[in-house]
Amino acid sequence: MSLLVFTALIALGSVVAGGIGALTGLGGGVIIVPLLTLGLGVDIRYAVGASLVSVIATSSGAAAAYLRDGYINLRIGMFLEVATTLGALAGGVLATWLPADWVSAIFGVVLAASALLSTQPSPAGDGVPGHPLARRLRLNGRLPAAAGGTPYAAAGVPGGFALMFGAGMLSSLLGIGAGAIKVLALDRVMRLPFKVSTTTSNFMIGVTAAAGAGVYLNRGYIDPALAMPVMLGVLSGSLLGAWLLPRAPVHRLRQVFVLVLLALAVQMLYNGVTGHHA
Amino acid sequence: MPEPAPLDELALERVIGRLLRAGVLLSALLVAVGAVLLLWRHGLSAADFGRFRGEPRRLRQVGAILDGARRGSAHGVIQLGLLVLIATPVLRVAFAGLAFRRAGDRLYFGISLWVLGVLLLSLLFMS
Repeated sequence: MSLLVFTALIALGSVVAGGIGALTGLGGGVIIVPLLTLGLGVDIRYAVGASLVSVIATSSGAAAAYLRDGYINLRIGMFLEVATTLGALAGGVLATWLPADWVSAIFGVVLAASALLSTQPSPAGDGVPGHPLARRLRLNGRLPAAAGGTPYAAAGVPGGFALMFGAGMLSSLLGIGAGAIKVLALDRVMRLPFKVSTTTSNFMIGVTAAAGAGVYLNRGYIDPALAMPVMLGVLSGSLLGAWLLPRAPVHRLRQVFVLVLLALAVQMLYNGVTGHHA
Repeated sequence: MPEPAPLDELALERVIGRLLRAGVLLSALLVAVGAVLLLWRHGLSAADFGRFRGEPRRLRQVGAILDGARRGSAHGVIQLGLLVLIATPVLRVAFAGLAFRRAGDRLYFGISLWVLGVLLLSLLFMS
């Protein structure tokens, strides 16, 4: 296949992946990696490198919009980025000596878990007692005035920190934003208000992915000819998805996509375990 | 320790938001220019990403990428765009750190510096 045709195919697929990522809230990475490896036969190491770069683009673009709404908690983000960036460094190093089949298998498991998590309703976290560390680290915040200005506290600080290390590691190992795990840490473990969790998670994804992408760039995993259509495609797809979000039957779409993602997850896991490549 | 002056979070968030948007835009622009060069010059050559070879040194190191982009290499220009993208969150952390410092928040100035250190380590020295 000529580079021209291949680039066009990847760009098209990336637009779709970015759109689905924005509509489901899972991000483009979990869709673009299976698409590149299963659909187009790209080596998973190149796929992960290209995907990680696109994750920085979508996260930074979305964070710029969220910052205006005032839900992002900058201190919580910065504090937990200590954990995610260290995790990302560890994951990037791990990726260079873990066999590619293992990466594929782990991807399948994480993809299935993320897809299932995205369908779970979140428990109301109002009025939980804060963790003593949250006071000392000044993590407790206040909702924006437009949402009532209610103060909130952060529980489970050590648990959230530990989970964030894992999220950072998976982010760079698999080339994904690992937003589902970050939201799990912020929402379920630290019991922050849901919008604070989702926006702060997104805010942290760019920094986490940058740490992983730095390692990948140095190790020669980021191929410009492949990353180019992936980055431009996923970025425009996610903008399109964000525009569609209030206009689409999101609930119904989400159910369909979760099934698609589960099927992809099984295929990735199967390929990893059997060492079979598309 | 004296009570730190309050951080103007709203102003900081606005500036960070602008910084992120500018970084993504500049990066996308560079990548798009590189894309035109690449497809114009090499569009009809065969594409093969099925076997992992690893990128050559000139597409892996910051200095070498800058050199390649200056010479107008299509791969170099795209890689420079990706480098700008990777640098955008790094700049964001540096900027937030400065704002924390100006507000007298030594704890979060320190935390920002630490995160910045890990990011620079990953970008410059992990080879």
